[in-house]
Amino acid sequence: MSAALRDLYQEVVIDHSKQPRNFRKLEGATRTAEGFNPLCGDQLTLYVKLADGVIEDIAFQGAGCAISKASASLMTAALKGKKQEEALALFRRVHILLTEGPSGAVKPEEVGKLAALSGVWEFPMRVKCATLAWHTLRNALEATGSTQ
Amino acid sequence: MTTVQTTAPALVHGRSGRIGATDFDVERVRRDFPILREKVHGKPLVYLDSAATSQKPQAVIDAMSRFLLKENANVHRGVHYLAERATDAYEGARSKVQRFLNAEHAEEIIFVRGTTEAINLVAQTYGKTHLGDGDEVLITEMEHHSNIVPWQMLCEQTGARLRVAPINDTGELLLEEFEKLIGPRTRLVAVTHVSNVLGTVNPIRRIVEMAHARGARVLVDGAQAAPHLDIDVQALGCDFYAFSGHKMYGPTGIGVLYGRSELLDAMPPYQGGGDMILSVSFEKTIYNKSPAKFEAGTPNMAGAVGLGAAVDFLGSLNREALVAHEQDVLDYGIRALAEVPGLRLIGTARGKASVISFVLDDVHPHDIGTILDREGIAIRTGHHCAQPLMSRLGVVATARASLACHSTRRDIDALVSGLGKVREIFR
Repeated sequence: MSAALRDLYQEVVIDHSKQPRNFRKLEGATRTAEGFNPLCGDQLTLYVKLADGVIEDIAFQGAGCAISKASASLMTAALKGKKQEEALALFRRVHILLTEGPSGAVKPEEVGKLAALSGVWEFPMRVKCATLAWHTLRNALEATGSTQ
Repeated sequence: MTTVQTTAPALVHGRSGRIGATDFDVERVRRDFPILREKVHGKPLVYLDSAATSQKPQAVIDAMSRFLLKENANVHRGVHYLAERATDAYEGARSKVQRFLNAEHAEEIIFVRGTTEAINLVAQTYGKTHLGDGDEVLITEMEHHSNIVPWQMLCEQTGARLRVAPINDTGELLLEEFEKLIGPRTRLVAVTHVSNVLGTVNPIRRIVEMAHARGARVLVDGAQAAPHLDIDVQALGCDFYAFSGHKMYGPTGIGVLYGRSELLDAMPPYQGGGDMILSVSFEKTIYNKSPAKFEAGTPNMAGAVGLGAAVDFLGSLNREALVAHEQDVLDYGIRALAEVPGLRLIGTARGKASVISFVLDDVHPHDIGTILDREGIAIRTGHHCAQPLMSRLGVVATARASLACHSTRRDIDALVSGLGKVREIFR
């Protein structure tokens, strides 16, 4: 197997894609948003329980590839208890890591467990899969609606 | 020696002959396609995505560059030497397409951008003048978005209703249900010749008979049929036939709408502009006849020349042997993939051409596509612009391997071995 593939499909990614965390409908969600990836037909519904600008709970449902599922799973695990602004700041760092790779402006250790997605940058066609959950999150936090 | 078991006898033209797959020199054909010598991620390219777009033989590339190098000028306008050469080349391509489809007249061949534009043209000209409130357009569950959305738009504009004929779980059209759905208000039936997801070959002649018996016109989406089947629009009896150049070894940006001349004559123009008029004044404009009436503006001349060369290329192959060869690789592929653990074939109709769709355990097709790509194997993954069909089949997406004249059993072997790597990563 090529090194790039090994970097992309790290054990953590496979694990989260097969057993996604927080994969459920969230009762009492204050924000809900839907995300679509028209290229692949991936669909994701994100539920956020927001109280005083803090993400008290977060969950998702939907269908997608291993990368989009693992990314959503890792994201929800990372964001519980985070402030809204902290979540968006983390998205900015993750986005840089996804597009520039581990030798870019953001080091993998700056994003915790989300570093498992650092192999995505070698597959530009798959960056959208990894960012779908995050774009949907931003939509959920900014307003209720759907994101493309 | 291989005996060819054809799963689609309807495809075999001239069945009295004994020509089979072994009469087809695929290695010679492969040498006609320069791109097949390319390496992808250090591996030889295995191109199994011809249903998305075909690769181009040297003859097509040469014809287009010769046109641009030596013949280019605007068609139907100038009186100078190059204008005449260009017009001859462009109209020559039309005649080639006419023979390719066995159309009665060259004027029945309209150059468009592709199948999508051809269908939109019919919807917005024939459809707009012949459909009204309460009328119906009948399509099938296996249509590509380009044979769904133009009709939805037409229905919104006219108050007509879109009806959808069901398929069974193997991907065959349910003809009895289909026939029942052709009612007194059905004005148009729009159906694909070959499904881009399932490979199903639809019985167009019977469909046309059923529709015509009830006074409905028939448009056939031939995008996936043109590179693989012998097409005879007069024998099929259809009213409109649409296909794209780029799926049959020609360039992108050029395609064809065939329409029966009496229908075309009665249709309003599609777009307004140059070339589609006989005379223009601010008070009154007189439209040209078909095909000029439907080809406003300077057309895709090099594209038409390339399409003509693609028709010649297909004509240069022994068609009977080609059909047998593609069927052999298809049958081999279906058998080989069926043995991959966890793999489920999508689309197992009795009459099938050139397409193998599948899902593998719970691995998303996009992950399959990425892993195969690293092996140099190009397949299509996703919903294939057929989302309603995906939901009918109960899948979000499929992986699709599709064949061309240059496909071999080796390509299938590479695919099977690549799928082994997928299972290794997702075990």
